[in-house]
Amino acid sequence: MRIVLHISRQRNGGAKPKLVRYEVPNVNHEMSFLEMLDVLNEDLIAKGEEPVAFDHDCREGICGMCGCMVNGLAHGPRPGTTLCQLHMRTFKDGDQLYLEPWRSAAFPVVKDLVVDRSALDRLIAAGGFISVATGEAPDGNAIPVPKEAAERSMDAAACIGCGACVAQCPNASASLFMGAKLAHLGLLPQGAPERDARVEAMVAQARAEGFGSCTNIGECEAVCPKEIKLDVIALMNRDFLHAQILGRGAVSENAG
Amino acid sequence: MSSIAIRPIHRAVGFYEAPIGKKAVMAVTGLVLFGYVVAHLLGNLQIYSSDPTQINKYAAFLHNPANAIALLMARTFLLVCVGLHITASVQLWLQNRAARPIGYFKKDDVPASYAARTMIWSGPIVGAFVTFHVLHLTVGSVLPLHEVEGGAFLSPDVHYNVITGFQNPLVAGFYILAISLLCTHLYHGIWSMFQSVGVSHPRYTPLLKKFAALCAIVIALGNISIPVACLAGWLKV
Ligand code: HEM
Ligand code: FES
Repeated sequence: MRIVLHISRQRNGGAKPKLVRYEVPNVNHEMSFLEMLDVLNEDLIAKGEEPVAFDHDCREGICGMCGCMVNGLAHGPRPGTTLCQLHMRTFKDGDQLYLEPWRSAAFPVVKDLVVDRSALDRLIAAGGFISVATGEAPDGNAIPVPKEAAERSMDAAACIGCGACVAQCPNASASLFMGAKLAHLGLLPQGAPERDARVEAMVAQARAEGFGSCTNIGECEAVCPKEIKLDVIALMNRDFLHAQILGRGAVSENAG
Repeated sequence: MSSIAIRPIHRAVGFYEAPIGKKAVMAVTGLVLFGYVVAHLLGNLQIYSSDPTQINKYAAFLHNPANAIALLMARTFLLVCVGLHITASVQLWLQNRAARPIGYFKKDDVPASYAARTMIWSGPIVGAFVTFHVLHLTVGSVLPLHEVEGGAFLSPDVHYNVITGFQNPLVAGFYILAISLLCTHLYHGIWSMFQSVGVSHPRYTPLLKKFAALCAIVIALGNISIPVACLAGWLKV
């Protein structure tokens, strides 16, 4: 089948993005989206043109490297699917697809569809960890975890940090990402002692990175390839209010 | 961790600095305003009483000099809430716009949720309407207001002022428009305030959303019925 692409291209972060039209005439419906872009790039290289830069690594939906906007939807139209796991059978012959990078003040564009997501790493560095003395692995089931907490934590831990939530959010907010990390760590006994400090540090860091905040619209949950739900954001809000109102306050220096 | 004494004022400022703090302020002030909207509607529905002086008696009760301090306190409290609600919403809106300086060529909105996306428009229009509404029926700078003897003191003739006011199609039209927007504001706002303060439940949140929608629609219909009844001539002075 034939696919028409309109790709937002820019040499570097400072350059003005321009939509460029490409045709890929020989797309097989069994190709993944990234394979279709590979075909386009082979063609561009053969013609001596600059290939389209895009991010990818595992190509099996687990690393979180790939992703771009496809017709205004992060990772394209298929719910619960990363771009690398999206297959061309989702589309029809002659479809026109607009490809754009994640756009957010916190994600500077590196080139074409590649953005720098280190802001998410800095959110993790601010609070997305637990401080435990390492040593021998504890015995299995030595620390009892309530079934529901384990389930909710596991669901949140599915987050691969791809940044689709930020890209789709009308406010370019990282709330779903932060909520996922806070639920993943905070609901388990190992992560509970630092729950107050963690949420305060992450919320402050998000502001410093220039992410927006949540207005409870739900676009993030609609496009999340791991189908993380909005209730992790409620959990973040609750943790933050708890830390600020009932917490000891000494950590509220971070909250600027 | 250093143990610098953190004064309550510092904590309050630090709390408000954070977007989640601002959202909590919006949720609490929104709840107060929502409570006021409900109370105000219940007051207004007395206009349908078979006793045409019923609503004037209620007005006389509110305007009784003996209740002056309570009235002043209630008004001040509501104004402070409105001020905080508007300030926080504008600050968040500006921050959120700055978070995406370069927009998309093409963007799909999933879910559509018109009510949620238009909060920053429904809010200010409702605010502008409330200003007009107070000038009209409290201050009296739009149409001359009638007063009646409320025992020892003069109190507004609400029955007359409301009905003659709404017989003007422009006044009634602006009212209906503003109430429709209030309806969309509350359609999103009533559930959103729960999410903002961290109340969410896999089973009850979907029900809460339905309840919020129903609540917003009932409030809107109740309010809109009054100008409609005046225009149609069902309510007469
Ligand atoms: C009768 C008057 C009003 C009522 C009952 C009301 C109620 C509410 C409620 C319950 C919320 C949800 C809060 C939350 O999500 O935590 C809300 C949000 C909001 N209100 Fe109002 N409001 C009123 C007037 C206004 C006015 C005058 C403005 C003018 C700027 C405004 C702007 C907003 C905005 C922008 C939001 C969304 C905030 C966000 O999601 O970040 N509202 N309102
Ligand atoms: S390339 Fe790893 S998730 Fe898509």
